[in-house]
Parts: sequence; structure tokens; C-alpha cells
Amino acid sequence: MADLNWYQRLISGLLQPGGEAASPDRYNILRRNIIVLMLLVTIVPLILMAAINHYQYRVTIKNEIVNPLRLLSNKTKHSFELFLDQRLANLRFIASAYSYEELADEKNLNRIFRILKGEFGGFVDLGLIDCKGIQISYAGPYDLLGKDYSQQSWFQEVAVRGVYISDVFMGYRKFPHIAIAVQLFNEERGCWILRATFDTDIFDNLIASMGLNPQSDAFLINHKGIFQTSSKFYGKVLEPCPFSPPPGKYGSLLTEGTDSGGREILTIYTLLEKPNYTLVVVKPRSTLLKTWFTLKSEMFFIFFTSVILIIMVVFKLVGVLVKNMREADEKREFAFRELEHSQKLSSIGRLAAGVAHEINNPMAIINEKAGLMKDLVEYDKQFEKKEKFLELTDSIIQSVERCKTITHRLLGFARRMEVKFEMLAVNELIKEVLGFLEKEYIYRNIDIRLQFAGDLPRISSDPGQLQQVFLNILTNAFAVVEDGGHVSITTCDEDAEFIGVSIQDNGCGMTAETQKHIFEPFFTTKKGYGTGLGLAITYGIVKKLGGDVKVQSAEGRGATFTVYLRKHPQMNQGQP
Amino acid sequence: MKKLKVLLVDDEKDFVNTLAERLELRGYQVLTALNGESALQIVENDPPQLVVLDLLMPGISGLDVLEQMKTLSPQMPVILLSGRGSSAEGMQLGSYDYLMKPVNIDELIRKMEEAVKNTASH
Repeated sequence: MADLNWYQRLISGLLQPGGEAASPDRYNILRRNIIVLMLLVTIVPLILMAAINHYQYRVTIKNEIVNPLRLLSNKTKHSFELFLDQRLANLRFIASAYSYEELADEKNLNRIFRILKGEFGGFVDLGLIDCKGIQISYAGPYDLLGKDYSQQSWFQEVAVRGVYISDVFMGYRKFPHIAIAVQLFNEERGCWILRATFDTDIFDNLIASMGLNPQSDAFLINHKGIFQTSSKFYGKVLEPCPFSPPPGKYGSLLTEGTDSGGREILTIYTLLEKPNYTLVVVKPRSTLLKTWFTLKSEMFFIFFTSVILIIMVVFKLVGVLVKNMREADEKREFAFRELEHSQKLSSIGRLAAGVAHEINNPMAIINEKAGLMKDLVEYDKQFEKKEKFLELTDSIIQSVERCKTITHRLLGFARRMEVKFEMLAVNELIKEVLGFLEKEYIYRNIDIRLQFAGDLPRISSDPGQLQQVFLNILTNAFAVVEDGGHVSITTCDEDAEFIGVSIQDNGCGMTAETQKHIFEPFFTTKKGYGTGLGLAITYGIVKKLGGDVKVQSAEGRGATFTVYLRKHPQMNQGQP
Repeated sequence: MKKLKVLLVDDEKDFVNTLAERLELRGYQVLTALNGESALQIVENDPPQLVVLDLLMPGISGLDVLEQMKTLSPQMPVILLSGRGSSAEGMQLGSYDYLMKPVNIDELIRKMEEAVKNTASH
């Protein structure tokens, strides 16, 4: 639970930034926080995933590319070994099949040499050397008969190991050659050696058969780092190789580095078992990891596209979310204000009704007393100062009338009478209301512009109360327009549920502050002669009928009151 | 033309007497009652052609009086006259109309004549 608490605190801290509830900053901060949070929880795992994938793919692809190359190196190594083994086997066979005497006979040796050359190719010479190192017989281009090899290192080696394979050397025809020798032994003669030389064309063929691409290279070097075959890029046969073979025993070894030309390369060293050669395969990284670079750029493309997509979706989504939240907040605040307003109306209504009732009774007494006084004076023909008295009583009665207007309106405001619904035509109803005001607008030369919707449906509403509504709004409109001004009345079929009636004047308009209070009881701008009840009553009636009334205005630019009326009453509507 | 016999019921003595005097000046025969009980007695013993009835009275309320009057004499029109806003209950209980105080005497008379005429024609 403790863990949950910090998590909840973090989330609520992010999503409910402090500050004024209505301040637009609050929504901006909220928007920013949600965006940051959503981007964090989506993009961070994506980056991690991409990094892990990047690493894994790199390793896998490298292995997949390097392994076949390693395999190829091994195969070629085996081919080399096989070739040399075969040449040694040829030599051993000859040494075993013929006796020392037969081989010592140059005629015989020449014949064998010819057959050897014809069958296997590449052989340059063939010679027999006795145990003291003296050339006994020789078949080949040189005059080597009687030459003493006893002091040469290869003679020592063949004496010890029984077999010898030389490094590559240049023959007399300036061709790279290789010499092999085998030692044999018999009771009569002791040991003797058969030695053959052959050219290394076959080495080049074996390397060519690897089928490497033009940027790659493969060659043999000996343990001293001397080229045994020519390299495409790094030197000719018998020149020193820039790559020194790694020390120690190994099957094959992969190294990475740069060559003398500055190319990044992968090098595979494969050690031949016999002789002490190393097969070197060099590949530039760029060609080797081409697939990887393609995949990498595709991965980057997908990653960046995803990130951009996520950012776009997050921005759009959060925008909509915050907008909805803001609207919901505003709606709630509006509903709260409405409730407050209607409560205010209802309590003021009750107070007004109480006061009006209490005042009406004494007012009635004043009215009747003054009325009786007037009656008495009127009926008495000889009454002195009759006119003066009548003037006085009329004044009292008129004052009572004024009070009565106020108390009646107060009571009307508080009244919770039943709404009587009947089908009515709003256009006709407005014309009737205008009839009540005809004298005023004709006298003051006010232009009444009617824009009635011809197809306005009849609605089910209370005609008496609607008359009151339009009368109040029109009376206000007439009060604010100058003589010769104009008032437009527009009716329209709003939607499936409502019709709308707009009453627009070109009067003095009102400030935003006034608009806020315009439907509140006792709020008036008509200094001295307004009760501040007309629009409050209008508002109350329209609400009771299930409709709405809105005002749009700016100072000096007139005002438009729009009344929305339901076409059909709602359920439970009009109940007191 | 024979003037109507009217019963005024209101707990405000000043009001009821003054109004009665004004109606008498105009030739009406006016009976007055200051509470529901006496009003009902008058209706029972000396039924008027029309009753003008206040709603808020000590003792029996105007609405109860109206209900009993309608039982006693269903044909007799009753006009409610009160300081209150309106009375849907009163209209439901069978009052002819509702007027609010203070009332213009000419309007009251017009309403009274209309009530008697309409009730008689039924």
C-alpha cells in the first residue's frame, strides 16, 4: 500500500496541478504534464527495445556473415593440406615402389619423373639423395648431380622428421616453387631421401576457387610473415606481409582492424597443420556488413517514424482529453451557477411573496378608503373644493396602483402556478404581443423587422406565459432603442427539439458584467424606474417551460436575446 | 334593474366595511362576515347571489369555507379576493375567479356581474 501511495501522489501531483481552478494556465500545465508522462512511458521503452534489438541484430548478423567466411577458410585450408598430402603420398609411393638402385638409375628416375609430371602436373624436378646428403640421381632442368645437401637445414629436418615441406622459393624460371622430401630406410643402404619440386600455380587456383568478391583478398603466409602466394592488395609472393600471423596454436582466428590503406577490415587467420602456413582472408567491413547497415537504417527509419507517430498521437489525444476536461469543468461550473441562481430566485421569490401579501392587505384598505372618499365626494353635489378632493383621492389611488403593479409583479415572480400546455403558433403569438405595444412603436417611429420562418412548427407551450416572456423582452428592447431605431424579431426551427426566437435591438448594448447579472432579480440598469424583475421572471418562465434564454451583446452595439423553446414539453415538466 | 345581493367575507374589518359601503353606494345589497363561521351561517340562512371571499382568515380558512359553500349552494358563484398571488386550489374547488388585492372597484363589479350572469345562464 505504501508503494501505491507514492504512485498515486505522483500521478495526482502531475495531473492536478495547483493554482486557480478556472485559470487557463492550469490546463496548459495539465496538458504539458500528461504529454510528458505519456511520452515517457511510451518512448523510453521504445528506445530501450530499439537499443537491445540493435545490439542483438548486430551480433547475430555479424555471426551469420562471419561464420560462412570462417567455414570457407577452413575448407580452403583443408584443400591446401589435401593437396600437399597428395604430393607427399606420390613421393612416398615412388620411394616405396622402387628400390634405391632403380631410383639411382637416372634413366629410371627420368621415366618416373615424366610419368609423374604427366599424371599430376606441376612437378619441376625429382632427385635421390643418399644418407650423407649427396645427390645420387636427378631428373629435372638443373645440373645438381653430386651436390652436397648435408649442411642444409631442410636435410637436417627430413633426417629428424622423415618428411619435409619447404617454404615457397623462386625457381630458375623465376616461378614460385615448393620442395617436398621424404626419407626412407632399408637395411642394406641405411636411409636415403627422395626430393621433388613443383610450382605453386595450384595454390593460386585454390584461392581463386574461394570465389571472393573483388574487394576481398586471401593469401598464404609462412610463420615468418612472408607471402607464399601473391595478394591482391598487400604484396607479391616472397615479400613480407603487413599482417603478422598471431602467435600460438589456433584453428581460425578473427580480428578487426584497419589496413595500411585505412580500410576497416575483418581478417580471418587459419593455421595449416602441415606445413607451418597461415591462410589469411581479408574482407572490408563495409561489404561484409552491408546487410547490417541496410537493416540498421530500416530500424532507424521505423524507430523515428514510430516516435513521430507517438508524439503526434499523444499531442492530439491529450489535446482532446484536456479540452474535454475543460469543457466538463466549465459545464459543471455553469450547472453550479445555474443552481445557485435558481436557489437565489426561489428564496427571493418566497420573500417577495411574503412581503407582497403583507403589503397588499393594508394597500387594499388604503385603496378602499380613498375610493370611498372619492365616491362620497362625487355623490355629494354641493361639496366644496370637490375638484381638489378628487385630485387628492385620485393621486392616492394612482399611488396604490403603482404599489399594486410592484406587488403583483413580485407575486407573479414567485408564483408557482400550473403551466397549461396547448398547441400554439409562436409567430402568431409574437404578433399578438406586438399588438399590445403597437402604440408605442408607432408613436416613437421604431422600425419593427419581422423575419419569421414560414415553416415554423406549432409548439406545445403556455401561451399566457410566453406572452409575458416576449412582452418583457420587447419592453426592454423598446426601452433601450432611440426613437427611430429598429428591433428585429427572427424565428427559426433550431433542431428536432427546439425552436429559436431572437429579438435584436440597436440600442446601447451592455457590458459583459451586466450580461452576467441580467437575469438576476432586482438587477436593473433603468435607474429609478425599473423593478429588476422583468428579465428574472422571463428567465424563470422560460426555464419552467423547459427552454433557455441567452443574451449576446457588446456596449454600444445593441443586444440580442434568443429564446429557445421546446416543441414538446419534457416529462415532469410544468409541475409546481 | 334589481341590484345583486352580495356577501363580503374578510377578516379585515376596515376593508370589508369600506368596500361594503362603496358597493352599497352603487346600489348593491351587501352582507358582510368577518370570519368563515358567520359567512357559512349567512349562506345557510340568507343565501346571497354572490360571495366575495378572502383566503387567509383566522379560524376556518378561505378554502375550507369555499368548499362548504359549494356543498351548501353549488350554483352560487364565489369570487376569491386575496393578497396572495393566485390560487390554483381555489379554482379547482370551484371558485368563479380570482382577484388580487388591492382591487379596482370597477373591475370587481364587472367580474361580479359577469359571474352572476354566467352562472344564471347555466
